[in-house]
Parts: sequence; C-alpha cells; structure tokens
Amino acid sequence: MTAVNPTDDPAYRLFQQRFGALRRSRQTESLLTLAAVVLLFVIAAVWTDFSPEQIANGIPRIGEYFGKLFSIEPKGSAGPVGVLAVPHLFGGVKEPQSIAYWFYRIGTYAALLWQTIEMAILATALGFGAAFALSFPATHTFVGNRAVVFVTRRLLEMMRTIPQVVLAFILVWPFGIGPLAGILAIAVHTTGTLGKLFCELNENADLRPVDGIRSVGGSWLAQIRFAVVPQVLPGFLSYALLRFEINVRSSTIIGFVGAGGIGQELKRVIGFNIYEEVSAIVILILLIVVAIDLISEQIRHRFIGAAA
Amino acid sequence: MLQLVDLTRRFGDKRAVDRVSLSIGDGEMVGVIGRSGAGKSTLLRLINRLIDPSEGKIVFDGTDVAALRGKDLRAWRARTAMIFQQFNLVNRLDVLTNVMCGRLYDIPAPRVLLKWFTPTERALAIQALDRLGMADVAMNRADALSGGQQQRVAIARALMQRPKIVLADEPIASLDPLNAKLVMDALADINRRDGITVLTNLHTLDTARAYCRRIIGMSAGRVVYDGAPAGLTDHVLRDIYGQNAHETLDERLTSTSLPTAALAALAG
Repeated sequence: MTAVNPTDDPAYRLFQQRFGALRRSRQTESLLTLAAVVLLFVIAAVWTDFSPEQIANGIPRIGEYFGKLFSIEPKGSAGPVGVLAVPHLFGGVKEPQSIAYWFYRIGTYAALLWQTIEMAILATALGFGAAFALSFPATHTFVGNRAVVFVTRRLLEMMRTIPQVVLAFILVWPFGIGPLAGILAIAVHTTGTLGKLFCELNENADLRPVDGIRSVGGSWLAQIRFAVVPQVLPGFLSYALLRFEINVRSSTIIGFVGAGGIGQELKRVIGFNIYEEVSAIVILILLIVVAIDLISEQIRHRFIGAAA
Repeated sequence: MLQLVDLTRRFGDKRAVDRVSLSIGDGEMVGVIGRSGAGKSTLLRLINRLIDPSEGKIVFDGTDVAALRGKDLRAWRARTAMIFQQFNLVNRLDVLTNVMCGRLYDIPAPRVLLKWFTPTERALAIQALDRLGMADVAMNRADALSGGQQQRVAIARALMQRPKIVLADEPIASLDPLNAKLVMDALADINRRDGITVLTNLHTLDTARAYCRRIIGMSAGRVVYDGAPAGLTDHVLRDIYGQNAHETLDERLTSTSLPTAALAALAG
C-alpha cells in the first residue's frame, strides 16, 4: 500500500484549478481588511493620545488615587492615615478611623440613594410604558403602512441617540434642578432602547396566532392584545428589568448635571476634594448596584418561560 | 349562497388562484382537493379575506365581499370561521380564552385591552368546548394539548363566531388517523346539525370521498373538477394530480382513515 498525499488527489487538483483563484482572492481580501483595521486603530490612537507610554506611567497613579480616597488627615495628625483602623473600628462619630466617623453622613447618603433608586424605578416604568406602546406601530410585520413604521422607528432612534446626561442637562433648564429632569431624561432614553429591543421581540413573534385572531374578525388592537402580547410579554419584562439595572447606574451619574439623586452629592464632594466622602459614596453605590443586579437577575430568571 | 366570480389572486407573475367561478349553496359540505401549490389555501384565505383578491368578486347573499373594508370586513371574517392546518391558537393563553377569542369582533376596545369577558361569553365557550368533548381542559394552556385536541379547540373557537361558513384549510394534515377522524366528524356534525356551510381543503382523497357530497378539484389555480365524489374517475384524477397520478395515487398510501376493524378494537 502506498500512502497517497491528499494534495495529489485528482479531486483536490480539480478544485484548485477551478477555485484556487477565488480562494486566493478571498485571502487577499481578508488580509487587506485586517491591514485597514490596524491602520485605523493606529490613526485613532495617535489622535486620542492613546500611547502605551502614558498608560504605563498612569497605572501606578491609580493606586495613588485610591490611597487618597481611603485616607483621612485627622486634626493634629502629622500626615494622612487610613480611613479605617482596627483598634478604632467601632469608635464613635468623633473618633477618626472608625466606621461611624467615615460614614457619619450615612443618613443623608441613604436618603439620596433611595431617591436615586426611586428615580430609576419611575424612569424605567415610564420608559417601559412608552416603549410598549410604540413598539407595535414600529414593527413592520404588524403594520402595513410604511410611513407609520418609519416615523415611529426614527422617533425611537432619536430618543436613544441623545446621550442621557446631555438630555438631563437640557431638561434641568425647563424643569429646574432636581430629580424630575433626571427621571425624564432616563425615561426618554429607556423608551428608545427598550422600544428597539421590543421591536425585535415583536418581529420574532409567531404570526400564526395573529392570523387566527384576524380570521375571527379581531381588530388590530385585538390581534396585538391577544395574539402578540402573550407571546412577547415575558421577554419585555425581562428586558425591562435589565434596563432597570442599567438605569440605577445611570441615575447615580445623572445627578452630576444637577438632576437629583446621589450623583449631585457625589459631584459636590468631588468638587471639594473630600476624598473620604467620595470613597464612602462610591462604596455605597457599588453595594446598591450589585444588590439590585443580583435581585433582578433572580426575578428575570423567573420571567423567562413564565406565562403572560 | 356564496358565489365566486372570476376570482383571481396573483403573487408576482404567478396566478395562485386563476379565474375561479363557483357557487356554493347554504349548508353544503364541499371538499377541495389538489396538489400542493394548486391554490387551495389561497382560495380559502381569499374567501375569508385574510388576503385580498387581485380581480373578481366574492358575493354572499347579494353583497360583494371582495370590496369590504374596515369594520364591515371584520364582520365578514367573523361570519366565515377559519380552521388552520397549524391550529393557530394562542399557545400562551388558556383554552377557554382561546375559544372566547371567537367573539372578538363583537367586543368593544376597552374590554379587548383588559382581556375582560362576560359570564355569558364564558358560558358559551364552555358549551362549545363541551360539545367537542374538551370542557375538562378549559383551563389548560393551549400548547399543553395534543394536536388533535388543539384542532378541536380551534373548532370550538369557530363555533363561538356563530359563523355562516366554516373554511377549513387542511384541518387534519398534521394529525394522526384517530384525531383526524374526530376532527372530520366534528366538522361533519356542525355541517349537519347547525346547517353551517363547510368548505374544506383535504390532501387525502379518501377523506374527501367519505365526508363530502361535493368535491372541487384544483390544478394550477384553476378549478378542473366540480361534482360528486363518484365522478372522480382515473381520467379526472389525472387532470387534478397530474400525469403520473395512476402511479402515485394509491389511496391506501395517503389515507389517514383507520380500518373499521381497528376502530372497533379502539372502541372496545
């Protein structure tokens, strides 16, 4: 028995003869694309001062910042000391390096954090309602009139392309400093993003039940309510919870432009360089966001596969 | 009396239904046979107005149905109940709600939004389900039922419409022989007892022969046969099913009916 080299096989030779050029041109295409991507990356890096040198120099300073965040300089002390120290951990409000000293404004923070969560809840609820209503006219499988689909889709696009902070900044002018502007800004953005996601769920909905409801003489409303909503609602709710998690994070930041919540306070303490308060707030935000993520993930798992 | 006059539906260049003229009397049970793609489904969907005709008329009791729009069109759909091969129930809703959907034409928008039905509607739905032997699964989700059960729920939904005509598009093509018999018996029963006109597409010749006093044969969008089952000679079948009909048309092979002995055994 002689071992035949596979590349000597007549079938392969015929293939090479017929498709060799095609394969080579595809390879060249791939290489050219890769080269273009690398070139674009380099150009972008130069324009944005994205240099490895600067990154290497900056990394140690991250530690420096955290050092400042977690240190205080009590009166009469020679230099900064850690925010916490074991011997003082459970000391009173007046004793530096105790938990009570570090978080002495916990009451204010808690109220602001609760306001932040309320902002996220309200914004998500408003956004969900609007996205729910707009997602059906934006789905071309349900709407024959192309103009309706086009207009609703562009509206949703506009709502999600304006950055939330910019929108909040604009809304602070008519609605004044405070949570209302933040809620509205997040709600608008939520409408845009959820509307788009809901549309995709709608497009994937089984059309046979829709035909069924249409065939009994059901109106467009009846077709949506009875044939589509039961199919898509679990997915809608799951996306809405995911959005709620994102909105909790957004509502902590949106306060930077004066739109209420913990962000407004965070901006103030950053402005005054009160590092230990910054660290206290950041830690609280982290804890809340993680807790809400965990809870909402549990609920989401229940929605998937649940009846509507 | 339902009259189709030169009814035509084009998809691009293709005439799915090509100048079909038919007259179907009240209370008839008519079977439509033909190969896949002969235009049987399109014909039924045209009559229910799920799709719009390109040309021609659909006249029912003097009204041109092909011209109806808006609420009048929905009223027409409510009067011509449709049974689908894939049942087209709402899987995530319970059986009772699916059946009550048969009344959606009469239900005002606020009640539609709230999914709110009256006790009368619930009672009518239970009656319809009970007639088909399905009342005990009224609270099950539709997708928890077998195909045969789902099709009977679909028939109950059709009954809720109090229709003049039932259009059944391959109602037993996805069912096993026993369920196929139950479904065909149910259709025959609403035809006989309620006097509802039944127009049904069938892909098995023996079912058409067994249940329908009148058979319409379609080929390439046209009606090529219209008459009693007895008139379906080999020659006619070749017109309907094509040149090789004598080779492919062993009725025992396509049959979905059970032999009498097997039915007796199941019953015993």
